[in-house]
Amino acid sequence: MGSDEEMLQILTPLGDLVGDAPVGLDEATELYRWMVAARAYDRKGSALQLQGRLATYAPFEGQEAAQIGSAAALEPDDWMVATYRDAAAMWHHGYPLDLLVLGRTGDERGGCPPKGLNVLPPSITVGGHMVHAVGLAWAERLKGSQRIALTYFGDGATSEGDFHEAMNFAGAFGVGCVFVCENNGWAISMPREEQTASATIAQKAVAYGMPGVLVDGNDVFAVYAATRQAVDRARAGTGPTLIEAVTYRMGPHSSADDPNRYRARETVDDWRRRDPIERMQRYLAEHGRWSAEWQAAVEQEVVADVERAVATAEALAPPTFDEMLDGMYAALPSHLVAQRAEGEEQGS
Amino acid sequence: MTTLTLAQALNQALDFALRDSPDVLVMGEDVGRTGGVFRITEGLQERYGRERVIDTPVAESGIVGVGFGMAVAGMRPVLEMQFMGFSYPAFDQVINHVSRIRNRSRHRFTAPLVLRLPYGGGIGAAEHHSESTEALYAHVPGLKVVVASRPVDAAGLLRAAIDDPDPVVFLEPIRLYRAVKEDVPDDVVTTPIGIAAVERAGTDITLLSWGAMMKEAREAADRLGGAGVSVELIDIRTLVPFDVDTVATSVAKTGRAVVIHEAPRTCGFGAEVVAQIQELCLYDLLAPVVRVTGWDTVFPLKRGEHHYLPSADRIVSAAERVLAA
Repeated sequence: MGSDEEMLQILTPLGDLVGDAPVGLDEATELYRWMVAARAYDRKGSALQLQGRLATYAPFEGQEAAQIGSAAALEPDDWMVATYRDAAAMWHHGYPLDLLVLGRTGDERGGCPPKGLNVLPPSITVGGHMVHAVGLAWAERLKGSQRIALTYFGDGATSEGDFHEAMNFAGAFGVGCVFVCENNGWAISMPREEQTASATIAQKAVAYGMPGVLVDGNDVFAVYAATRQAVDRARAGTGPTLIEAVTYRMGPHSSADDPNRYRARETVDDWRRRDPIERMQRYLAEHGRWSAEWQAAVEQEVVADVERAVATAEALAPPTFDEMLDGMYAALPSHLVAQRAEGEEQGS
Repeated sequence: MTTLTLAQALNQALDFALRDSPDVLVMGEDVGRTGGVFRITEGLQERYGRERVIDTPVAESGIVGVGFGMAVAGMRPVLEMQFMGFSYPAFDQVINHVSRIRNRSRHRFTAPLVLRLPYGGGIGAAEHHSESTEALYAHVPGLKVVVASRPVDAAGLLRAAIDDPDPVVFLEPIRLYRAVKEDVPDDVVTTPIGIAAVERAGTDITLLSWGAMMKEAREAADRLGGAGVSVELIDIRTLVPFDVDTVATSVAKTGRAVVIHEAPRTCGFGAEVVAQIQELCLYDLLAPVVRVTGWDTVFPLKRGEHHYLPSADRIVSAAERVLAA
C-alpha cells in the first residue's frame, strides 16, 4: 500500500515496449482505433463549436489514452461518473454518439442514456461528483452486485474539499471505487505545480489508506494495465484505488479561453512528441497492423457520424416548456401546475 | 396506539421504514452507536446492523454526496445532519446535484433521499445550533421541504418522505422533540406531502405557522379564543409544494391573517406565504397580513435567546392589531 513514485510506462513515446503488453495485437488495434476515433470526434466538436453549432466545448485532445485505456478496463454495466471533458471515455463505455452530441448542443435530453447504461450526465461543477461514485459503488455492494464505479476528474479537482471527502469515505469503508485523475497539467490557467505542493497526485492516496498509482497517461497500455488492476481490486471487494494518469491538455480549457496567454508553445510542442496516438501507431505499424488508409477511413467515418448526429440534433425540436417543468419532479406538483397554466397563458 | 413524543415517533417511523424495505438506509454522524445527538436513531443499528445504519466520518458534503450516489443506484438513504446549521457544507451537493439529477438526466436517474435537518432555537445550544434557514432549501427547485409539529405528522411525513420518488428536506423542530406527546398508531402511518392541516377551524382570523412555532401559535390561539376571537389555525406542514388552496380558502373566509415563523424575516418563507395570499385573496382581506418572525439578526446565544424567538405574546399582539384594523 502507498504511492509508487515510479511512473508506470509500458510503451515509450517512440513506440518501444518496455514492459509486458497487457493485451494482444487485436485488442491493441481496437484501443488505437478508439483513440483515433476520439480525436476525430474532439476536433470535429471544436470545429462545430466555432461554427456556433455546439454550446461551450471542452476539448480533450492529448488525453485519449487516459480515457480510452481506463474505460476499456470496465464491464459494460459498471458505473461511470465523469466530467465535461470525458466524452471519449463515455463514448467507449457505450454512450451513444448521438446523445453525446445532443448534450453538447445544449439539450438536457443528451443526459439521458439508454436503460442499462450506467453513466451519469457529466459533472459540470468541478469536484462534486467523486462522492457520487463512492455512493454508487457502495450501494452496489450492499445490493450484492458485482458492479463497481469509476470516476474521472482533473488535477484541479483534487483541490476541492469533496475530493478529500470522497477519498476518505472510500478508504474508510473500503468501497469499490476507482478514482482516475487525468492530470492534464492545467486547471484553466493554473499549472499543476501551483495547484498543490504534493509531488504527485498519486501520493495523496497514502493519506486515505489506498494504493496510489502513477502512470504515463499518454501510454494506453499503462493506463489500461493500471486500471485493470484497480478494477479487479474493486470488484473483489478489496477497496478503492487512486490512479494518476499524467497527460496533457493540448487545447484550451474550453472554447472560451486562449491557452497562449498562460503557457509556452515549446511546452506544448514537447508534449506533442509524447502523443498517445503516435506512439501506438508506431507500435502497430511495426507489427504490420497499421496503414494510413485504414486510419483515414476511421477518421472519416467518425466525422460523418458526428455530422449526422449534429444534424439530427438540430432537426429535433427544442425541449418544450412542458418538458422543462416536467423534469423537476416525478409528478408535477401543485405550484408547477399553476406555473404551467400561467406560462401557457403568457404564450410559453 | 401508543403515546409518543415527536422524537419517539420519528424513531418508530425509521424503524418501520428499515423493517419494510431493504433499500432504506440511515446514514450520518453518530447515528449508530449513540443513536444520534438527539437519539432519533436510537436502537436502529442494533436492530438493522452497521451496513444499514451507518456511522460516517464528520463530512456533511460527503454524507449527502455519497447518499446521492446510493439513491441513484436504487437505495433510499435517510441522511441525518446533526443540526441545520451544519448542513451548509453539503449545500453544493443539494443544490447542484440532489435537486437536479432528475432534470439533467430527464428522469433517467433520480435521487430519492431524505435529508433530516434538526432545526430551530430555544434550547440554549451553542452557536450555529439554532438555525432556521428553511427558506434556503425552499428556494431550490427540485426539492420538497416538509416540517412536522406533532408526533403523528412527524411519523407520517417522514414515511411519506422516505417513500417519495423525489428528494425531501425534512425539518425536525428540536424544541418540540420531547415537548409534545400524542397517540401514534402502532404501525405505518403516512401524512401526504403538500397538504396543510387546518388544526382549528375559525372565522375571525387565520394564524399560519409550521414546525416549532406551532407551539406558540397554539398558545396564542388559546388566548385569543379565550377572549372570544374565532381563530383558524393552520399548520402549513409542507413548505414545498406549498398548499396554497388551503391557505387561500381560509384567508378568503376570515379576511385576516398572521404568518408566524422563527427564521429571520427578510426573504423568510413567510414572505412567500404573504405574496401568495395577496395574489389570490387581496380583495377578501380586511387588514394587511402581518408577519411575526425572528429578527434579521444572527440567532443569539443562550442568554439572549428570549429576545429572538417569537412568543405567544407577540403573536397575540399582532393578531389584535390585525383584528383592530
